[in-house]
Amino acid sequence: MAESGKIDPMHQFAIEPLFGTDHLSIGGFNIAFTNSALYMVLAAVVLWIFVIGGMKRELVPGRWQMAVEYMTGFIKNLLVANIGDKGRKYIPYVFSLFMFILLANLLGLLPLGLFGLHPFTFTSHFTATGVLAIMSFSIVLIVGFAKHGLHFFSLFVPHGTPALMVVPLFFIELVSFMVRPFSLGLRLFVAMTAGHVLLKVLAGFVINSANASPLLGLTVGSASFILMIGISALEVLVAVIQAYVFALLTSVYLNDAENLH
Amino acid sequence: MPQIAQIAETYSSQIFWLLLTFGFVFFVIGLGMVPKVQGTADARDAKISGDLDAAKAAFARADEAEADYRDRDAESRTAAQAVMAKAKAEAAKASEARLAAADADVAARIAAAEARIQAASSAAMAEIETVAADAARDMVARISGVNATDEAARNAVKAALAHG
Repeated sequence: MAESGKIDPMHQFAIEPLFGTDHLSIGGFNIAFTNSALYMVLAAVVLWIFVIGGMKRELVPGRWQMAVEYMTGFIKNLLVANIGDKGRKYIPYVFSLFMFILLANLLGLLPLGLFGLHPFTFTSHFTATGVLAIMSFSIVLIVGFAKHGLHFFSLFVPHGTPALMVVPLFFIELVSFMVRPFSLGLRLFVAMTAGHVLLKVLAGFVINSANASPLLGLTVGSASFILMIGISALEVLVAVIQAYVFALLTSVYLNDAENLH
Repeated sequence: MPQIAQIAETYSSQIFWLLLTFGFVFFVIGLGMVPKVQGTADARDAKISGDLDAAKAAFARADEAEADYRDRDAESRTAAQAVMAKAKAEAAKASEARLAAADADVAARIAAAEARIQAASSAAMAEIETVAADAARDMVARISGVNATDEAARNAVKAALAHG
């Protein structure tokens, strides 16, 4: 891309095997340790270090312990508000989900390109977000059927439905239910992809306009650069909001499974 | 779009590493560490609310004790007032009795003294009569040379004394 002078905004999403693990495989499936896998490991390790700081278990917490307890308390409140006290047992799962996605989003936004590194946001890949979404959806199904058995299907027939409408409504509700994992996974993937593409496109404007002529660089380039600053801030917000939306929707769906309607 | 273009060769690696890392996050951090962190926070909340309850209970007990003290204070005040009134009444009664006794004593003494005065004055009167009768007999004897009887003189003196 350098030789053509053209900046490919999609190149940041390319998955490349690292450390010569291209052909690592299990049972015929390729499991190369890629840049994507590296960022998954980084997110897990950063989260691990973060939570270790909250393990002092002091009665009067320090700043770090306070921060970790704030995050677990935030998830606890989210679950208690949506599900009730029964929601407390989902704290480990929703906390893991929220923090893992949040750190993935934020680590992918780090300006590591300045140091010649290649930051990667694995939440911009639906292969990753899809697994997380299917995981949440499976938990909803397992909890729903384990708790309510076949009665769980009453979720698809709202209260006070006229007898004539039961069958069509059942199918409409079923479809909206089945769409959930897709909306969950695709929302995160699309939001992260779009933000990163936008940043790269604007960065391309800055570089290409400055290369074309000083006048264009000062007008189009500087305008794009100022816009980039704002959008970078917006992307940090989006990173937090998308992680929150994922956790929130998971807890809303868990509420359906836990309490039906 | 590499997400779609590379899907065939990367999906297995993506899923494998995601399950591995998220499994670590869920089992080690989520199940192993988060309950302890949340437990600490819950324990602190419980301790704070417990301490607050204890403080509230102590306040209530202090109020109760104060009310109790007030009650007992008022009670002992009325009791003291009753004792004082009783003592006052008793003292008044006692002093009245003593006053009455003293009055009677004084009255008796006055009566005795009056009787003595009466006796003394009647004795003195009798003496005056005798002396006056003697003097009258003398005067009669000197003037008329008649010896008046004792009885006559005395009757004359009595008459004269009675007429002043």
